[in-house]
Amino acid sequence: MNDAFLIDRLQFAFTVSFHYLFPQLTMGLALLIVILKYLAIKKKNDHYNNSARFWAKIFGINFAVGVVTGIPMEFQFGTNWARFSTFAGGVIGQTLAMEGMFAFFLESSFLGLFLYGEKKLGQTGHFITSILIFLGSWISGYFIVATNAWMQHPVGYALSPDGSVHLTNFADLIFNPWAISQYSHNMIGAAITASFVMASVGAYYLLAKRDTDYGKTFIRVGITTGLIASILIIFPTGDFEAKNVAMHQGTKFAAMEGLFETKQGAELVIIGQPDLDKMKLDNPIHVPKLLSFLTYNRWNAEIKGLDAFPKENWPDNIPLLYYGYHIMVGLGTIFIAIMIISALLLWKKKLFETRWMLWILMLSFPFPYIANTAGWMTAEVGRQPWLVYGLMKTINGTSPTVSAGNGLFTLLGFLGMYLVLGVLFLLLVIRTINQGPSSATQSH
Amino acid sequence: MEILWFSIVAFMLAMYVVLDGFDLGVGILHRIIGRTEEERTMLIKTIGPVWDGNEVWLLAAGGTLYFAFPKFYASSFSGFYLPLMIVLWLLMLRGIGIEFRHLIQNQMWKSFWDTVFSFASILLAIFFGAALGNVVRGVPLNQDGYFFEPLWTTFTVIPESGILDWFTVIMGLVAFFTLMSHGANYIAMKTDGVLQLRARTTAKISWWGILLFSIIALIATTVIRPEVWRNYTDYPWGYLFPLGGFAGLVGMFMFIIKGKDTKAFLSSSLFIVMMLCATAFGHFPNLLAASTNQDYSITVYNALAHEYGLGVGIVWWILGFVLTSGYFIYLYRSFKGKIASTNLNDHGY
Repeated sequence: MNDAFLIDRLQFAFTVSFHYLFPQLTMGLALLIVILKYLAIKKKNDHYNNSARFWAKIFGINFAVGVVTGIPMEFQFGTNWARFSTFAGGVIGQTLAMEGMFAFFLESSFLGLFLYGEKKLGQTGHFITSILIFLGSWISGYFIVATNAWMQHPVGYALSPDGSVHLTNFADLIFNPWAISQYSHNMIGAAITASFVMASVGAYYLLAKRDTDYGKTFIRVGITTGLIASILIIFPTGDFEAKNVAMHQGTKFAAMEGLFETKQGAELVIIGQPDLDKMKLDNPIHVPKLLSFLTYNRWNAEIKGLDAFPKENWPDNIPLLYYGYHIMVGLGTIFIAIMIISALLLWKKKLFETRWMLWILMLSFPFPYIANTAGWMTAEVGRQPWLVYGLMKTINGTSPTVSAGNGLFTLLGFLGMYLVLGVLFLLLVIRTINQGPSSATQSH
Repeated sequence: MEILWFSIVAFMLAMYVVLDGFDLGVGILHRIIGRTEEERTMLIKTIGPVWDGNEVWLLAAGGTLYFAFPKFYASSFSGFYLPLMIVLWLLMLRGIGIEFRHLIQNQMWKSFWDTVFSFASILLAIFFGAALGNVVRGVPLNQDGYFFEPLWTTFTVIPESGILDWFTVIMGLVAFFTLMSHGANYIAMKTDGVLQLRARTTAKISWWGILLFSIIALIATTVIRPEVWRNYTDYPWGYLFPLGGFAGLVGMFMFIIKGKDTKAFLSSSLFIVMMLCATAFGHFPNLLAASTNQDYSITVYNALAHEYGLGVGIVWWILGFVLTSGYFIYLYRSFKGKIASTNLNDHGY
């Protein structure tokens, strides 16, 4: 493997994975803050307003890190993937430019007002601002997912004489069915992260016996949205995604499910480690015929295994893809269990006294981050060896003039910079949680 | 189509330089005009709610550039790999400097972020100027339309150029003094008392810096790229741009002397916009001139995206621009007037 190529990939993978830790909370929390503001206005209760103010503080810190780590993403298309940009700019330039015009301006113009202008705006005005911030972050998400969806499932384009692609149908690009399914799955994922984070902080306050009123509110809101989102993530959005992949990206589907051989009535693998030399799974635990049924609603439907595809089109890291997918699905299943049990206890009015469940809720917050990251790894590792599925291989997308040495210089720079950012972020968020929502009264 | 999208991108970049330019200028002067923690807090307040939106003009301009001229985006972003990455890191440091400073009420914490904010702003101003210098000077494009420049070589303009050479450093200094003065005029407009007095003095001093380095840069440009004058010979109406820039420069000096801060600020905005237009006018139709072989130059004609996409783009661009204008008018209206020292937080509300 060409060194510069490896470094370009590592740099993009690292910077985008680190970046996406922040927007997923931004987008999910924006929704929850709108809910809290709505409750505050409807119940005319300052308790919910203080809750919203507290979460707005964390939102502000999170948003700032999301913005600064997001800028390098747009730049890297050009810096490290110049041949890809030349090739695909005629299509994805649309969605990337539209994100700037329709999302970034909206978010950045109103963020300051939302975070610090409550007194000036009044309650209704502040509620509207929170909706604008919510819209901005969700619109931004759509344009980025639509960009990725085009790379997964190119539509609405034609080849130009110089070998690049250009857009022929705008509506096809914007309403790419892949984008709609990927977006709904992704946004529900963001809502899960925010729900778990909110419930986790609530559980911490209850266990630490401080700010317990706020703790209860956070748990109620977190679990209500978390329960709905945990179900929606599997059905219908996850189901829809998986069917799309099965229909259009056979190699990704076979590799992520650990299916080496084409067969009728394929089993659903729960556990097992892929061994590529022997083309089999070690110590597999699986449910017979379930994969065929889930994919085609027929128990004996045929599913293509890796053997049905030429080896040069296989994803280049099948084990990573397989684990990414299984970690995501496994965690998703656990999320449903956690949310159903918590919701039942909440309904029976026992949750706030059930310490073991509070401990589980408190410690659960990292796992949605892992699940979302693993899901994106499935999407992206599974797209390999293609950069644009079926049109351009990743190895042909790099910048011809950026050497491995210069690439490594910036990769190391990003590692150092993001380490500092991560430490600062944790320091500030932990401080905010420690100060607690009762100090979040309207001082601004 | 070519001229239209060239103008749109140039317009967005000019908006960026005028708007983010003043908050970069405030950053440059942060530790010079603001001498105590309270004074520096006041300075941050003058840009608190607006800096982020201003910076988005850079992102949006970048996105639009990618959309309209994909080949130019690919070539220049990979060729300017190192300076762009350094600019990214500086933008990050600067952003968190502003946003994290007020989160902990501790003198060491604040003083650390003051330095980070100011250091990043100074380097950014110089780098942006040097970047413009590189575009004006031309870069060693190969026949595939790509190039790579190290940060510096021998500081001579030819043959193996680096990002920094004597010419681009001069351009960096032009940008540095221009933004410093722009920021000083902004501070004078948004504050009163001792900060305003210091800002006016700084604006006056940096004005001489602009004058000196602009003259040097003008002569230097004529020496190394005489062809920038060709468009002016062919289309003399283009002289309106440098004349407008000159008017801005003169106006700036007169209004600073008279203490009319808002008019001085508007004059420095006029100066920036007109000088950028003058550069763009001389540069057209080149986007990136080749110092190797003129045939390798990337121009608006060979880099323009396909017409269907551009046709769709003009529709949503206008829509987006109308919306954005609305946000900015609302934002700046809700933030008008001078900053009072009694405001409780760093965002001027």
